[in-house]
Amino acid sequence: MEGDVGYGELAVSLVLVAVALGISIQMRLRLERELVVSVVRGLAQLLVVGAALALVIDPDTPLAWSWAWVAGIVVFAAATVRRRAPAVPQLFWIALVANGATAIVGFLVAFGLGIFPVQGRTLVPIAGMIVGNSMKSCIVAADRLVETLSEQRAEVEARLALGQPSGRASRPIVRSVLRTGLSPQIENTKALGIVFLPGAMTGLILAGVDPVDAVLVQLALMYLILGAVATTTVVTALGAVRRLFTPDHRLVALSRSTRDAG
Amino acid sequence: MPPAPLFSFESVSVGPADARRLDGLDGELPANGLTVVAGPSGSGKSTLLRLCNRLDVPSEGIVRHRGVDVAERDPLELRREVAMVFQRPVTFAGTVRDNLHEADAELDEDACAALLERAGLPPSFLSRDAGELSGGEAQRACLARALATRPRVMLMDEPTSALDAEAAAVLERLGRQLVADGTPVVWVTHSREQMRRLADHVVLLAAGRVERAGPACEVLADGG
Repeated sequence: MEGDVGYGELAVSLVLVAVALGISIQMRLRLERELVVSVVRGLAQLLVVGAALALVIDPDTPLAWSWAWVAGIVVFAAATVRRRAPAVPQLFWIALVANGATAIVGFLVAFGLGIFPVQGRTLVPIAGMIVGNSMKSCIVAADRLVETLSEQRAEVEARLALGQPSGRASRPIVRSVLRTGLSPQIENTKALGIVFLPGAMTGLILAGVDPVDAVLVQLALMYLILGAVATTTVVTALGAVRRLFTPDHRLVALSRSTRDAG
Repeated sequence: MPPAPLFSFESVSVGPADARRLDGLDGELPANGLTVVAGPSGSGKSTLLRLCNRLDVPSEGIVRHRGVDVAERDPLELRREVAMVFQRPVTFAGTVRDNLHEADAELDEDACAALLERAGLPPSFLSRDAGELSGGEAQRACLARALATRPRVMLMDEPTSALDAEAAAVLERLGRQLVADGTPVVWVTHSREQMRRLADHVVLLAAGRVERAGPACEVLADGG
């Protein structure tokens, strides 16, 4: 097949969706509608993205369009984080800074050190991969921070009552959140090649690229993602914790279902 | 001229208009002795106490500490001056010594031992894992930790409600001892018996307001 998937082959791969539909009907999961919507929506989104990407990464298209795309990814990621972890006030801006900082650090390494050339075909996919992962760690960090502060409110207030400033009173919790946020990516990096073959490498190999070249690209990306996740988790945890205390060092009321205008 | 009250509350409300925890409360806590704040569940006892060290702030009204609006005080300084022991003993990870050092990192071994002694624990407890203490021991370790900031007032929020009778009696004795040593104590309880045993002054709350207040002998003689 040499990596060429036509519309016919794509239709054949839908057999597996039919299997999922069959399971849903058989087990009365009532997920049929959601399954069909997700498949159709994913198909439509990716076809549109594919067509737009083809335009943007065309060597004749100005690079500014690729940068605009990257900015769009960062803003969309921040909006997603805010929607998923609404208890943190102003989380949109924290996530924007975290994802933006992560993308900048990633680009500095990827392009500044000459690992990849600065082109539309590298810029957009790398931003997608970095910001996609950092968005996930942003959500985990914010969500875990609210959950732990809420669960351990008594300990935090016991520390505040000793006259500790909010930064110090929340430090053990922030440390625990950082460990929780970073651990999955560290474990992923450890299991690389043993448990799973990551997406970029699999895609390159399927497209006919030499496996060793594919491995080198994947390794560079994995290290970028590890750095991205670390940066995002730290920026999110430190940014969010400041907004969960008042200026006079009181822990705000925390309800994980709180809807906040970020 | 009599000394300024320890705390005074002027038209203090806490919470949203449709769910007030305190509702236009006026009152005073006297400068000396052990003041018991009592009342049924939900009457606002703990909220009143938390206003004193600014773990809560009023939605309306003014809280004064010795005549000074607490909103004008540095909250961290105020909290070290107005210490608090909570309902459930909350120890931090590590030894009892580590817990004391969370309040004051400069404490030497003798100072740590002296603090434990004031809280009725032997110096050997300094090396004990704080997470492995019994309820009564943990609450006394928390009292020692609160004393480590050299407070001038001690707030105690139902400190015996999670303890057995024997441990509760020890803590009551320690509360009285603090007063004898010159540190005024504000003690929240829902137990009438405890109030009768401990109080020099009584403030009775109901539905977020002061129902009755005064010297214990007067209020209790009145059937309070």
